[in-house]
Amino acid sequence: MKKVWIIVTREYLTRVRNKTFLLSTFLFPLVMVLFFVGSAYLGAKSIQQNKIAVQDQSGRYKQQLSNTNTTFFGYPEQVSQSNYKELGYEGLLVIYSSDQSTPDSIRLYSYQQMGLSTDETIKSQIQKVNEDILLLERGLNRLVLDSIRKASERFDLLNYRSYKVSGSELKEDNKSLAYAIGFASGIIIYITLFVYGASVMRGVMEEKTNRIAEVIVSSVKPFQLMLGKIIGIAAVGLTQLLLWIGVLVLLSSLSSIFLPQELLQHTQQTNETMPSIVQSQAMALKAAEVRNIVLSANWPLIIACFLFYFMGGYLFYAALFAAVGSVVNEDPQEAQSLMLPITLPIILGFVMMTSSIENPTGDIAFWGSILPFTAPIVMMARIPSGVPESVPYWQLALSMTLLIGGFLFTTWLSGKIYRTGILMYGKRATWKEMMRWAFRKN
Amino acid sequence: MNTILEVQHLRKYFATQKAVDDISLSIQKGSIFGLLGPNGAGKTTLIRMITGIFYPDSGSILLNGSPFNPTTDIQKIGYMPEERGLYKKMKIGEQALYLAQLKGLSKKEAFEKVKYWFEKFEMAGWWNKKVEDLSKGMSQKLQFVTTVLHEPDLIILDEPFSGLDPINSNLIKEEIFKLAQNGSTIIFSTHRMEQVEEICDHIVLVNKGTKILDGSVAAIKQNFKEHLFKLTLAVPEHIPKHPSFDIMQKKDNEWIIKIDNNYSTNDVLLHCIQNHQTIVAFHEILPSLNEIFIRLVEGTPLTRQFETPSL
Repeated sequence: MKKVWIIVTREYLTRVRNKTFLLSTFLFPLVMVLFFVGSAYLGAKSIQQNKIAVQDQSGRYKQQLSNTNTTFFGYPEQVSQSNYKELGYEGLLVIYSSDQSTPDSIRLYSYQQMGLSTDETIKSQIQKVNEDILLLERGLNRLVLDSIRKASERFDLLNYRSYKVSGSELKEDNKSLAYAIGFASGIIIYITLFVYGASVMRGVMEEKTNRIAEVIVSSVKPFQLMLGKIIGIAAVGLTQLLLWIGVLVLLSSLSSIFLPQELLQHTQQTNETMPSIVQSQAMALKAAEVRNIVLSANWPLIIACFLFYFMGGYLFYAALFAAVGSVVNEDPQEAQSLMLPITLPIILGFVMMTSSIENPTGDIAFWGSILPFTAPIVMMARIPSGVPESVPYWQLALSMTLLIGGFLFTTWLSGKIYRTGILMYGKRATWKEMMRWAFRKN
Repeated sequence: MNTILEVQHLRKYFATQKAVDDISLSIQKGSIFGLLGPNGAGKTTLIRMITGIFYPDSGSILLNGSPFNPTTDIQKIGYMPEERGLYKKMKIGEQALYLAQLKGLSKKEAFEKVKYWFEKFEMAGWWNKKVEDLSKGMSQKLQFVTTVLHEPDLIILDEPFSGLDPINSNLIKEEIFKLAQNGSTIIFSTHRMEQVEEICDHIVLVNKGTKILDGSVAAIKQNFKEHLFKLTLAVPEHIPKHPSFDIMQKKDNEWIIKIDNNYSTNDVLLHCIQNHQTIVAFHEILPSLNEIFIRLVEGTPLTRQFETPSL
């Protein structure tokens, strides 16, 4: 075992000291953050105000439609389908009649696709005007109506929340959070399985093609060499994940320090204008709410399970990748075709994960998270939705036990293929030969 | 002298060929032993069994008189395979330390040994270089150092001189002699016969998975001698024929003659003197190992298949 430790140390140190490790460790979160911030920024920027010319033949809606972030209503005179573009409008809203029974009483013409939100705004504005007219017709005072509208806008700030009851405990049910965490951990495990699995395979191929294997195998058993490599790379992966988790925790704690103050300043700056006060208060409330929601997740359990399934999944597949690496020669295409039976279940796991997130208690979710081939990815999609509500303890225990048994089996199997493959040059072994190596007696 | 390695009736069959088919040999402690054979003769398979990489199908290997146990005895063996293998991206010093530690040396011991050998081979300045920056000869030296670093009892060198210039060749050759003098036993696998004649005490020739020759270099040469002699005369002149010898080749005043089994060298010399010839030189020509090798191996098919039933 001492020799395995020496191999582990070498595998770990050569990789961790490598510049690409440092780069990938620190660039990956940065790229992720940039990606999210960038897409949010672009999303915000792409919200543009569409100018809509209103040609109201009924006279009912004139000057009544209120403007929003996305839509501006103008009422130019003598506007028609032929000239609204020249007048600087993106669309023309023609109200032919206020009679709801005639089909196509209101039409929107435009020369370009308008956003969904513009469509929604126009509909809701027309609805609102209709409501107002009906209310006023029934004798409601204009002032009363305005005050009701104001009050109702405030009411929008009230939250809708769903709770789930388990025993005497009342838990806030956050489907979107469970979705996000499940999806993120599933994807990270999916990617790391490939990245570190391929790293094991490349390491084995390097040793084989450089003929180091023969030197080392005359000092240690082939199985020890394989084990040392797998454990060494596992340690690299664990280091990287822990660094990422550390960076995330650091970032989130930093944001909780800076975010409210910034929002407070924002509130003070925009004190003069009435509506923006409401807006920024809403934003502050929203931010605080998001933080509470994020904190409401069972992080210790999620992180512990994540690390377990990352390790379990990695160990399960790494041995298989090592076996493939030992069988192929220098040709990377050989490796590609041999990798297929290993990558297929991983991809299957990913597909099952996407449906398990939607339905964490369904049949696909259950079987996907029990069978060790797909369990690392699928189970991580289920766990954030609640243990033991969505994932009973016995399922978690069964899944973990099977995964441990699974990687012991794949390691044993691969060890036998590896032992023969690592010293075989020339023609690539067939599946039949590999199976014979795997199951023959010593 | 006692035996360090004894191999008895070793067999290893692969799916398509008999790689090693009933080979027995024994190697004396402190000797330099040549393991010869053409490509594909089964040398590497034999060595891999001795180094514990392969398990033999049948037969036994005794190291120092007791059955070979790969887990513990592996440290008593240093093996330098024909295909050199080093981690290209790893620093040389670390690489040597790593391989030494895998052989069971502690970190401190390994460091001292590596330092000693690096200084001896004038490699101390290379410590932080990477293997990919080395020339072929330099990495060869490094490979040799990593093989003998842990002071193994049995050192197995497969083509140790390939890619080395004459200076480095000599350096390693001297080191091999020194190691043998200090009690290490060396198995030297090659098909470069001139090196074998120079270095080895004892050889075994393997062909088609079986042993076809076993003995000391001197004895083998005697066994294969063809009674050829080189006779140099002062003046190239005609000598009348005599039943004691046949002239094989004539070149100016140098003649190569074959002496008949019923006569001795003195009969030839007497005949020359009686014919008033002045003899400048007269010596026996022993066959080179190269000639013996070619004579024994030539004409045999390269690979040996299992006998397939005729269709």
